[in-house]
Amino acid sequence: MKIPLSWLKDFIDLDGISIEDIARKLTLAGLEVDEILYAGLPMPVYKEGEKHEFKTNGIAWDREKIVVAEIREVKAHPNADKLTLLDLFDGQQEQVVLTGAPNIFHLKGTGKLEKPIKVAYAKEGSTLYDGHADGQVLMTLKRAKIRGVDSYSMVCSEKELGITDESDGIIILDDDAPVGMPLAEYIGDAVLDISILPNMARNANVIGIARELAALTGSELKVAGSKLQVQPSTLRKAQGNALNLPPVTDLVEIEITNPELNPRFVAGLIRNVEIKPSPYQIQRRLKLAGIRAINNIVDATNYAMLELGEPLHAFDYDVLKARAGKNKIKISTRAAKDGEKLTTLDGVERKLTSTNVLVCDEKGSLSLAGVMGGSESEVSDKTKNILLEGAAWNFINIRRTAKQHNLPSEASFRFSRGVHPSLAEHGVTLGLNYMAQWAGGEITPNLVDAYPLKPKDSVVDVTSHDVKRLLGIDLTPEEIANLLTRLDFACEITSYGLQVTAPNHRMDIAEGVVGLADVLEEVARSYGYDNIPTTSMADALPPQVGNPVHEWEEHLRDLLVAAGLQEVVTYRMTSPEREARLSASENYVRIANPIAPERSVLRRSLLTSVLEIAEKNARAESITLFEVGSVFEPNGNDSSTGSERGLPHEPRKLAIVMTGSRLASAWDVKDSPNFDFFDMKGRLELLLSGLRLTDISYTANESHQHLHPGKSTEVKVSGQVVGVFGELHPLAKEKFEFGDAAIIVAEFDLDLLRKLNPTYGIKAVPETPPIYEDIAVIVDDSVEANAVEALIRQTGGKTVTNVRLFDVYRGDQVGAGKKSLAYSLTYQSDKTMTDADAAAIRNKIVKRLEQTIGAKLRS
Amino acid sequence: MLDKLKEIEKSALESLAAITDQTALDSWRVANVGRSSPLMQVFAGFGKLSKEEKPVVGAEANRVKGTLESALEEKSKEVKNAALAKSLEEEKLDVTLPGRSVNIGRLHPSTQQLRRVLAILAEMGFQVYTSREVETDEMNFQMLNFPPDHPARDMQDTFFIEANGRGDNPILMRTHTSPGQIHAMREYAATNPQDPPPIRIALPGMCFRYEQITARSEIQFNQVEGLAIGKNITFADLKGTIADFVRRMFGEGARLRFRASYFPFTEPSAEVDVECFVCGGKGCQVCKNSGWLEILGCGMVHPVVLQNGGYDPKIYSGFAWGMGPERQLMLRNKINDIRYFWGNDVRFLEQF
Repeated sequence: MKIPLSWLKDFIDLDGISIEDIARKLTLAGLEVDEILYAGLPMPVYKEGEKHEFKTNGIAWDREKIVVAEIREVKAHPNADKLTLLDLFDGQQEQVVLTGAPNIFHLKGTGKLEKPIKVAYAKEGSTLYDGHADGQVLMTLKRAKIRGVDSYSMVCSEKELGITDESDGIIILDDDAPVGMPLAEYIGDAVLDISILPNMARNANVIGIARELAALTGSELKVAGSKLQVQPSTLRKAQGNALNLPPVTDLVEIEITNPELNPRFVAGLIRNVEIKPSPYQIQRRLKLAGIRAINNIVDATNYAMLELGEPLHAFDYDVLKARAGKNKIKISTRAAKDGEKLTTLDGVERKLTSTNVLVCDEKGSLSLAGVMGGSESEVSDKTKNILLEGAAWNFINIRRTAKQHNLPSEASFRFSRGVHPSLAEHGVTLGLNYMAQWAGGEITPNLVDAYPLKPKDSVVDVTSHDVKRLLGIDLTPEEIANLLTRLDFACEITSYGLQVTAPNHRMDIAEGVVGLADVLEEVARSYGYDNIPTTSMADALPPQVGNPVHEWEEHLRDLLVAAGLQEVVTYRMTSPEREARLSASENYVRIANPIAPERSVLRRSLLTSVLEIAEKNARAESITLFEVGSVFEPNGNDSSTGSERGLPHEPRKLAIVMTGSRLASAWDVKDSPNFDFFDMKGRLELLLSGLRLTDISYTANESHQHLHPGKSTEVKVSGQVVGVFGELHPLAKEKFEFGDAAIIVAEFDLDLLRKLNPTYGIKAVPETPPIYEDIAVIVDDSVEANAVEALIRQTGGKTVTNVRLFDVYRGDQVGAGKKSLAYSLTYQSDKTMTDADAAAIRNKIVKRLEQTIGAKLRS
Repeated sequence: MLDKLKEIEKSALESLAAITDQTALDSWRVANVGRSSPLMQVFAGFGKLSKEEKPVVGAEANRVKGTLESALEEKSKEVKNAALAKSLEEEKLDVTLPGRSVNIGRLHPSTQQLRRVLAILAEMGFQVYTSREVETDEMNFQMLNFPPDHPARDMQDTFFIEANGRGDNPILMRTHTSPGQIHAMREYAATNPQDPPPIRIALPGMCFRYEQITARSEIQFNQVEGLAIGKNITFADLKGTIADFVRRMFGEGARLRFRASYFPFTEPSAEVDVECFVCGGKGCQVCKNSGWLEILGCGMVHPVVLQNGGYDPKIYSGFAWGMGPERQLMLRNKINDIRYFWGNDVRFLEQF
């Protein structure tokens, strides 16, 4: 929300406090100032790279060079039809100024003006924004000849002064603008752009911010006896003959059908207004606050809303009267019927639903309550009499309606965050008051006020103990009361502490234990977060239990990294088409509101995610990637009945992708072989042994179609399949943009793997010397290597402590259909062994291999 | 005989002086102190000498032998050193040739940063607690004091999951790790509902927001929250604990400030700014010249949340704070595009 400083100063004395200090105080109290925009006031100058706490923008107006001036005559330019020459007085001397401003052009040649026009006048050397450039480009006024006429100064548009980006006409100041006064002194301003958090909605207005600043600075809030406190009766007196008018209560009645949706509806009437532009001072403030100036009536509703926080709506009273005919005007509020239609004042015909609330008369709907008015009863240039509405609406209902019709408006912004019903009456009063000031007319006595649901002001008990227990500071009841009174809370000291009553503009203070937290937050803000000490928790340290699942996964990551793999973390959201490159499925957890078609479901395949990353990195000479993460499986036959029913399963998976060169290339390392099945297997063996798992076996992969059937295997630990790995099937590989190298992949189910009991123990290092011996056996090609090793180990018993396959040979020397397997054996026992001991065992092994698998010792 | 010895000594030393390599030295050894060298012949002919000559010649022969042997040793060292110097001279590498690189594995930068955060929290007694990524509206919002249609929901744009007939409790991607607060509190409270135990946990994990993917916004990001619940926990303790954490995370001298803020599940709430650790608070691009970096949000656990977790807010209090590992990395390393994290370009990853 943009708040002009000049407007704030209507309500609080801020002299002696710099704009930065004001911004800092608001920021620390939860009203974060995003930017300070200068529109005339002196502006701090920062050097390049110099620290400035707040983003700063805008322009300062030179006090000597930019002043209020008056145009006394508009003359034709001798050589240009579209330009005029102004005879102008700047408070010191007469000047002749050139302009092409369209809003002054019609006065050309009318001679001396009866009533001089007050303008913003910039002398030679002034720094301004270039009115003809795109965006804000600074320029300095220099003397020039334009079509033969000397030009050295100008009358300014709003764009040139940095008020708005409007450059079409010059600013025409109010008639009472003092000629010769520096413009900065007259209307120089600065605007604080403040983020309003949802709990701070009460401060989305000038008075709200002023009230906060009063609490933060100790300055007095200037509302006593002013606009806010003005009662309709005092206004009436001020309006002279208005007393003779029939009161609005005789002319209009209000019916609220559902007080939950509409707790209050207030209306007031002003007659015989003259619709015209608002005073420039008012227009300028509205524009700085980001609101367009329309006319004095619409501006009055907006101005009152920005000032007080109560959105108002102006109806053309005569339209309502015509619709009512001879009857008294009856305004009612009700839920819309499904399918009912209303054309809102933006000209759009809207189809309504029963959750929308309408303001109606006997003939039908008038406006979409709290969100936008209807076009028929809208104020026009011809409007004479205004019925002004100020109401309170259910904030959740307004939020839904504004979202449903995509109608974010200043009104719905406020109503959807909660506006206290007490403001309805103040708002209508304030609005009528401004209309009377800017548009003339007479305010009709009384207000129609239907107030069926009056909120109770929250009352909260607070003790010094509560403050100590939750904030950690020692405050007496008097000190607490002092902090809260600054924010308009009513505080009464009691025997136990104090009783606090929330001010009647706030909807965010509850009662009971929640109310206590609400009030303590205000105590803390008012006290200043920075003034609260920092302490260490005195509370008991809970038992330290760790998190075995998390720790196990971190250990797994460490093992994978130690095996030379790079971790990746990928998006959970993908599409069935993307995953179909590996394997198609229909059964997905689907996003109801995806940001893009390629992120429409939650992934089922972690491997696809990692393959996509490998594909993106395909130019790297060597790719070794892994990810540990969740996949998501719909829980179709969930039989539970609780609120968590239907939540998907989120199994944890590991996926690995390896491709490219085995060795990093170097000036003397060239043509490294590519990664293959056994590079992956070696890493997985390291991984499993790092997890202390030993009972590992490899069985044919039959279920994973995306893997090469001859170069893949399932991994079993203690007989249970925990993962699969191998080379990507050539047909699957084709669907990715990879080079020639084989893609080696692995996928493990971590929930299964984690639950397996470690079977690996640490053994003592033997002190006796080992005996090493190599044997090579010739077997049929179909014999699997692990069967041979199992036989050797079985036969050798525990004396054979290591069996390592060091060569596999097929060829002429062993004959067709045969292969030679060469093993290096280690014999070791508690006693020192002799070669004869080893030979005896070896002979046993060879004999067993001959008998069982027809092996022959290769000599 | 003595003259002969003198002659032997003289000629041997002369020939030794001329030697520069090991081969010549070996020949010299054989010729001068070897078994059949003239000197050794003198020793061999010792028996033929008279009684009077023996001690005189013996002493002289031994002296000459000693002299030659030590001269040999000296020369031998000299030759070795010369050979070594020569080979060192010849074996010179071009040390500017590149080293042979090693393919090593690395953790993703987010994991590395999560570990840093969690390690500090563990030392402060905060144990890791993880929970699911797909949640119910009830757990992600309602239990955390975001009622349906509450304006605070605008702060967290949400991905919803297709699911029928769930009314006000749709399934969604969690927008923060805070549903874990409720899961954890309920788990802890269940162990002793009458007098629930104190809690100190860290909640890490991936969160999701409905955003367009740009340099500044992502649809998923990691979060870590700290949660402490007990019978004597105050806002001052929150400030102290966060000050401790920040000191460990960002350095001894890191100044910080607490700004009032709003989160539905904490009250009072605050945002914490740390003095810019890139420029030391002087003003730079990273802190947009403000001297401060917004690094975490925190607050006292809201009484409604305590109640929903099974902890009586009249007896218990607590605080929570949350922060983003990716944001910390971006600030620390001046990374200006958040898309690098899930883009997983190895040229980015291998810099960590």
